[in-house]
Amino acid sequence: MVTDPVALQLAADLFPNGISRYAVGGLFVGLGVTVIYLGTGISAGASTFLESTLSYVSEKSRFQQYVSSRDWRLVFTAGIILGAAAFAATFQSGLVTSSLYQPGTTGQLYEVGGVTLWTTDVQPWRLLVGGIFVGVGTRIGKGCTSGHGVCGVGSASKTSIVGVLTFLAVAIVTAQIVAALGVSP
Amino acid sequence: MADRHPLFMPLILVGGLIFGFGLGFSHMARPEVVLNFLLFEDFGLIFVMFGGAIVTGLTFFLAPRLFGRAPLTGDAFERRLKSFDRNVLIGGAIFGVGWGLSGICPGAAYASLGVGNVTILWALAGMFIGAYAQGYWRS
Repeated sequence: MVTDPVALQLAADLFPNGISRYAVGGLFVGLGVTVIYLGTGISAGASTFLESTLSYVSEKSRFQQYVSSRDWRLVFTAGIILGAAAFAATFQSGLVTSSLYQPGTTGQLYEVGGVTLWTTDVQPWRLLVGGIFVGVGTRIGKGCTSGHGVCGVGSASKTSIVGVLTFLAVAIVTAQIVAALGVSP
Repeated sequence: MADRHPLFMPLILVGGLIFGFGLGFSHMARPEVVLNFLLFEDFGLIFVMFGGAIVTGLTFFLAPRLFGRAPLTGDAFERRLKSFDRNVLIGGAIFGVGWGLSGICPGAAYASLGVGNVTILWALAGMFIGAYAQGYWRS
């Protein structure tokens, strides 16, 4: 146990919401990837879904190259949505509590049929414009936070480590500039 | 695509469920939490990626040594290694601008929809527009 008051204050400053919800959530993310990998040998990333799903509506070769995986990628994404909904129905709704789960104060909570749902305060234009950059960048850059960040870093891939450092550094600079310009939330 | 093992799709679904639950539990499905991380106000998010990468690292290290081939596909267990070129830097930088502006990445956006964040459809629409635009140019 850390009892030094200076160290405790530093931890509270760096991690105002503790670390357990983040670490436990990350373990689950890794476990989800592991389950798929152990059964199939596939390293599942999230962003290929964007292009593989576009192969249903576009004949472009960039999308058609993913035809053979587009069905399971739809199922994977449906699973992600449903898994997050299961979290909403349990921990987010307060039906299940744990000392490892720290509820947050961000965004807005609302109720539908006894389930506590959550929505963001971040402005739609930031989501739309940011989303366009994410859609272009993850596909040109060969991966996103899950593909490079979790699967690639877990593979000790130099390409992925460089990819993660690049998008992390640029994201920090971007977020700091946007905040400095007074855009919030 | 044909002659898949009957448990292939159920396993993908279960993996997705666990993955999505983790993104919800970690609050990474909330753009505010990602933005607070990028603004150095809460460093907890580091543990999501490291926590995930430690688990996958162990898996990718042990699976080829303990098991021969993946039971549902017969495929070999390989690490996720992609070739390095300029695109990794260019694409990573473009992704970084988007992530820093919106606070959301693809997997977290799907999960965000699951926790009730209807507003995230703006980001998902943007991601499809962006993915379509680069695919159109590069095809």
